[in-house]
Formats: sequence, structure tokens, C-alpha cells
Amino acid sequence: MLTFILKPCILPKMPQPSLFSLPHLTVSQLTFRIRKLLEGDPELQDVWVDGELSNVSRPASGHIYFTLKDKNASLRAIMWKTDAARLRLSLQDGMAVEAHGRIAVYEPQGQYQIIANLVQPRGEGALYQEFLRLKAMLEAEGLFDAGRKREIPQLPRKIGIVTSGTGAALRDMLNTLRRRLPLVKVVLAPAPVQGVEAPPALVAALASINRQEPDVILLARGGGSMEDLWAFNDERVVRAVAASQAPVICGVGHETDFTLCDFAADLRAPTPTAAAELATQITVLDLAGYLENMRARISSLTSDLIADQKLTVTALASRLRYVSPARRIETEQQHLDELARRSLSAFVHRNQLQAIHVRGIAHRLESLNPLAVLKRGYAVVTKKKDATVISKVRQVNAGEAIQVRVSDGTFDAEIVNPQS
Amino acid sequence: MAKSKIVEKSVEELTYEEALAELEQIVAALEGDASQNPLEEALKLFERGQALVTRCSALLEAAQLKVEKLAGDTVLPFEEESE
Repeated sequence: MLTFILKPCILPKMPQPSLFSLPHLTVSQLTFRIRKLLEGDPELQDVWVDGELSNVSRPASGHIYFTLKDKNASLRAIMWKTDAARLRLSLQDGMAVEAHGRIAVYEPQGQYQIIANLVQPRGEGALYQEFLRLKAMLEAEGLFDAGRKREIPQLPRKIGIVTSGTGAALRDMLNTLRRRLPLVKVVLAPAPVQGVEAPPALVAALASINRQEPDVILLARGGGSMEDLWAFNDERVVRAVAASQAPVICGVGHETDFTLCDFAADLRAPTPTAAAELATQITVLDLAGYLENMRARISSLTSDLIADQKLTVTALASRLRYVSPARRIETEQQHLDELARRSLSAFVHRNQLQAIHVRGIAHRLESLNPLAVLKRGYAVVTKKKDATVISKVRQVNAGEAIQVRVSDGTFDAEIVNPQS
Repeated sequence: MAKSKIVEKSVEELTYEEALAELEQIVAALEGDASQNPLEEALKLFERGQALVTRCSALLEAAQLKVEKLAGDTVLPFEEESE
């Protein structure tokens, strides 16, 4: 406000103008000088401010405009779209936060403001330091060792749940279990999940749920700020998780939230719903599939068995046929036929041999026929009176009647002049 | 092996786990010494197996999530607030 409102009657003492005139600055020059002053201060360019949010507005540009205030002062603040996209919490009026950023001057309005790049619930920075310290300590103790992790049973019969008895987390988990494995029995140990009473209550709930001997325990809580989730970073709770007899699946907050209980648990789930899913790796659908498979197996085994039996019966039937009298008669018949066939052929064969033999004999007989030589000019001479064959001169006397046989007949002759 | 269990309990009295365990035994028996099982026995096993499958399926169909709540170490039925 550079305009003086002059009210001479009320202000009796006028400022005395200096004897030497001071150099004048334009508004722009002055504002630029202020800007240089603020934006040149390294401490103001990397500053944390604690305050309460008010006038939060998020226009279509995606930038977030708000005011940080405390009892006595307020500070305009802007968060650019790219930083706003990384915010883990949605900014609400009245929220106690700590903002990090740099102080800048907006010359057209003559305003200084903070360009915030990070806004988080108040105390989170300190909590995070504490988180890192505890994590390092417990890690060094070996509480988070991979070797300590136990198998999660694939088909649990009893699931223990430690969570708030009223939150959405419990409802989500029960719905998930109901959908995936309604056969399972659930035992709930309700416990407050935030505030000072939460850690001892969670420790007690883990102990009493373990006495129910569940196959697996789901330790869960819905999303919230780091402070809200803090009970799950409490050393007592972390130690109770590590000491649990039953394996623990920890599903606290959202995907991006990590608590020390996540590290100490046998399995970390990104959300309560995911914890319930990881506890039921085999679902009722899988069981139904398995059952169908069993049904098909006994069916096929039994029909195989019956087919086997049929085969055995068929084999026996054919063996029976083989040894039946009918079959023997057939065999005998065949044997007989065979013999008949063989005897017939033997007979024929012998006849042929006989015929050849007879022809041979006839031939030989032929060659022995004395009359055969007559054809070659020889003659048989016999005595006329007694038909003795004459082969020597001394058998005959001169004048004796003889008969001469040649090839085609006989004629008579008389012995003349026998000489020897 | 499965023979001793058979006909001990009617299928309707078995829990899901009991029925499934017996079903597995029956399949093993049918697979194991199929040739040694008298046919009649095998058919009985088969029928029992079928009944067990039906029982298991029915139990799966009808299963309702049972939720109990601990108050200290006392187990109480848990009533979900309806929405």
C-alpha cells in the first residue's frame, strides 16, 4: 500500500520531507529487489514449513493452490501439477501438514508464496527417521532374514485375522475369503489398529489368536497416513509378528506403504484383500476342478477295469472254444480228410509205377520173343513128325520131312545131303 | 487299505476333508491293484467314489464362511454388520 491517506486534522505531525531528495523506485524495481532478496536466500529456497491447510483448491490445470497458516500468520502456497501427482494424501482444509519448498515472489500481485514440492502430515519426517532407525536395528538382529520366513499353507482350514473389528479391511478380507474359500474357518481377534492403545492390543491379539492354532494369520489394516499406520512399526508389534507360531501375512495400507511388520511377516501383501488372496492359494474353484478330475479318474479306472474283464472273458471264451469237443471233432475230421487225401495220392502213384513196370516187362518180353529174329531172315526148323527144333546136323537124316518157320508163316522141306 | 474304511460311515455324515481323503484312497486303490480287486469290489469302490464326489461337490456348493470372534480367549460367533 503505497498510497497515503492524508487526514491532516487527525494527524497533527506531518512527516518532514528530507532536505535531500531520495532516489525513487518504480513498483517493478522495488518488487524485483524484494524478489532478489527472498529468492537469493538459500535458506528460503530449501525450507520446511509447518502449518494448517486452508483454502485448498485444485482447478482443472492440475496445480494445487492452498494457504498454510498458524495462529498468527498465513502463507500462500502453490504445488505444481507434477509434484501434486506424487502426493500420497489428498489435501484437505484443516489438515496439519509440513510442506517443503522454496519461497518465490509473484510480481504481478506483489505476493510472496511458497512453491511446495512435498506436503505430508505433520511429524511424518521425524516418524520416517524413527522408522529407518528401528528398521536398521531389527534388521541387524536378523528379524527380517529371508531364512526365517515360513511357507504359507496352500489350503488352510483355519485362518486367524488380527485387525480392527469394524474397518473396511475386515469386510474386504471376509468377502475375499467367502468368495475364494468358504470352507475355511475364520477366527478374528479384533484390536484397535491406531493410537497409543494399538500396539499392546495388537500384541495381545497375536498371542490369543496363536492359541487358537490357526494355519495362517492375516495381520491387516486399511490405508492411512504414515502416522495412522504407525502401530505396525511399533517394535513390540514387529517382535510379536516375528515370534508368531503360525505364519503371518501382513497386509497393511496400500501398495506403496511399507511397515516393519511387512518385513517381519512371513509374507507381505500390498493390501488386506491381497492378504486374504495370498492365504487362499487354492480356491473353491480349484477344489471343484480337482474333484472333477478325481471323478473322471475313478470313472475311467472303473471302465478300464470292466474293459479288462471283458478282454479276459473274450480270451477265455476263445480258449474254451479251442478245447471244446466240437473243435476236436473238426480236428479229427480234418485229420481223416488228410489221410484220405494222402492215401488216394499214394494209390494213384503206385498205379502209375505199376503201369511203368508192366510196360517195361512187356518190352523185355518182346525182346525175348524167338519169332522176332525171324524178321531179320532167320528161320526155325522143326521135325515134321514131332516138331523138335533142329539145331544140329546129326539130328536129321537125308530124306526126312521138316517144317521151316519164317516170319510170316511155314513151309515143308526135305533133308538133302546132311554133312557135318 | 480303503476297504477297512468302506461302509463305516454313510457318505452324508462325512466332512469335506474326510470325504476327500477317502476319495483319494479309493482312487489309489483302483489305480494300485486293479487286477487284484475282485470286480464286484471294484464296482463297490467306484459307487462309493461317485457318492463321495457328489458329497464333496455338495459341500463345496453349500459352504458358508464360518467366522468366530475372540474376546480374550473366549470364542464367540461373529456377526458382521450388514451394509
